[in-house]
Amino acid sequence: MKKTRFHDLHKKHGAKMIEFFGWDMPVEYRGIIDEHLAVRRRAGLFDVSHMGEIHVDGPQALAFLQFLTPNDVARLAPGKVQYTALTTPEGTFVDDMLIYCLKPDAYLLVVNASNTDKDYRWVAERAASYDVRVENASDAYSQLALQGPASARILQPLTDIPLADMKPFTFLEGHAAGQDSLVSRTGYTGEDGFEIYTRRPDPSPLWTALINSGAAEGLEPVGLGARDTLRLEAKLMLYGNDIDATTTVLEADLKWIVKFKKGDFLGRDALMRQEESGLKRKIAGFELLDRGIARPHYPVFSGGDKVSEVCSGTFSPLLKKSIGLVYLPLELTVEGTEFEIAIRNQRARARVVPTPFYRRPAA
Amino acid sequence: MYPGDFYYTKDHEWVRVQGQDAVMGITDFAQKQLGDVVFVQLPEVGANLEAHQSIGTIESVKAVSDVFSPLAGEVTAVNGDLVDNPEIINQDPHGKGWIMRLKPADPKAVERLMKAAEYEKHLEGLDKET
Repeated sequence: MKKTRFHDLHKKHGAKMIEFFGWDMPVEYRGIIDEHLAVRRRAGLFDVSHMGEIHVDGPQALAFLQFLTPNDVARLAPGKVQYTALTTPEGTFVDDMLIYCLKPDAYLLVVNASNTDKDYRWVAERAASYDVRVENASDAYSQLALQGPASARILQPLTDIPLADMKPFTFLEGHAAGQDSLVSRTGYTGEDGFEIYTRRPDPSPLWTALINSGAAEGLEPVGLGARDTLRLEAKLMLYGNDIDATTTVLEADLKWIVKFKKGDFLGRDALMRQEESGLKRKIAGFELLDRGIARPHYPVFSGGDKVSEVCSGTFSPLLKKSIGLVYLPLELTVEGTEFEIAIRNQRARARVVPTPFYRRPAA
Repeated sequence: MYPGDFYYTKDHEWVRVQGQDAVMGITDFAQKQLGDVVFVQLPEVGANLEAHQSIGTIESVKAVSDVFSPLAGEVTAVNGDLVDNPEIINQDPHGKGWIMRLKPADPKAVERLMKAAEYEKHLEGLDKET
C-alpha cells in the first residue's frame, strides 16, 4: 500500500487507518463526530497527500485545457484556482478537479486519488496534437488541508504569505514552516481554510508546526471519515459516489461550471443537446424523516417503484440527522417531495431539501 | 479491560449473568471498530429470541452492524437510554451501554460462550489477520 510522507505522524496521533484506493490513510483519530465539529467550530488538519497533481505546460496549455474541460480556463490568471471537470464526449465525468494557473503557460491539475492514473492517461493521450507537456507529479507532492474558522490564525505565524487578503480560489507561493509551499484558499469542507502543497522530500515539520501552532485554537487532526461528512454537508461532489462516467455535468447540478460560450470542448455537443431537450433527472439533496442512516446504493422508491439509488448518504454530525444525495426523475426533485428509501428490510421516508445542507455563516 | 465475570461471543457481544437473567451488550472492541454510534435499534420486550438471531442494528457514522442475541430466551428489558443517547455505547460499552436483558431458555447455555481470557486470545488472533 502507498503511504504519504506523514504516515508515521498519523500512527503517533493514534489514527485508525484504512485502505483508500491503494493508500494507507487515516480514517479517524479521536472520532468522526469530534473531528467534524472541530472543523466547523475551530480547525482541523487533513493529510490529503493522496490527491493527484498533474502539470500541463506549454504554449498551447490554455487551448488544450479549454478543450478538456467545460469551465472557462481563460478566466484564470496566475494565482487563481478554478473548480472544473474532465469531461467525456458524452458530457459525463472522467473526474472533477481544481485547476491552478501557475503562469500564463503553466497549469496544475489537482485530481482525485482514485482517478490519478486514469486522469493522467486521459490528459496525456489527448495532448499529442497540442504543443504541451503533461507530467504526473503526484508522487513528488505532499498536500495538507487546514480547514475551519481558526485556520488563518493558525497558519499566518508560520508563513510569509499574507493570508488576510487572500480571496477564496486564489493562491500564493512562499514559505510555510520554512518550506517552499503553494498555499491556496480552497478546501473540501464548506469552511474557510487553506490547502498547502509542498514538494519537500520530508514535509513532516510542516504538519508538526501546524499542530503546535493550532494547539491553543483547538486544532485537531482529521481523517477521511470526517472529510466525507464535512464535504457532504456542504454538498461538494465525490467522484464515485455522486458523479462518474454515467452522470452528466448538468444532471449533477453543476451547470455553473459549464461555459458553452467559450467554444468547443469535450462533451459540449452532448451537454447542449441535453440542455435543449431538458433534463430527465437531476441530483437532489434529501433528509431522512424516519430513524436510520441512508447509505450509498440503498434503493430509492417512489409510488412503489424503484426509481434510483442513494449516491452519498451519511449521518450529519452538525444537523444530527441522516442526509444524502440521490439522482431523481426531475419531477421528484421539487423541495418537499417525499419518497422512500429501503434500509435493509424496512422503508424509511425521506424528503427533498434545499442544498447545501450546511452553509457557513458570513464572516 | 474485559471483565472476568462476563461471557463473550465471536461476534463481540458480552453477557453478564444476574440471578435468573442475562444482560448483554457489545464489547469495547466492537464499539471501537464501529466508531461514533448514532442509532441503536432495540428488540421488543417479550420477544422470544433464538441464539444468534439478529436483534437489530447499530449504526455508527461510518458503518452499520448487526447485533445478535448470544443466547436463546425471552427479552425482559431493553436499555431505552440508547434511543436518545446512543453514544453511551462508546462511553461505557460494558456498563451503562447494555442493550437488553433476557431470561435464557437454557440457564447453562451461557457457559458455552467464551471467558474473558479466551475472548482476549480471540482478539489477538484478529489483530494478526489485519
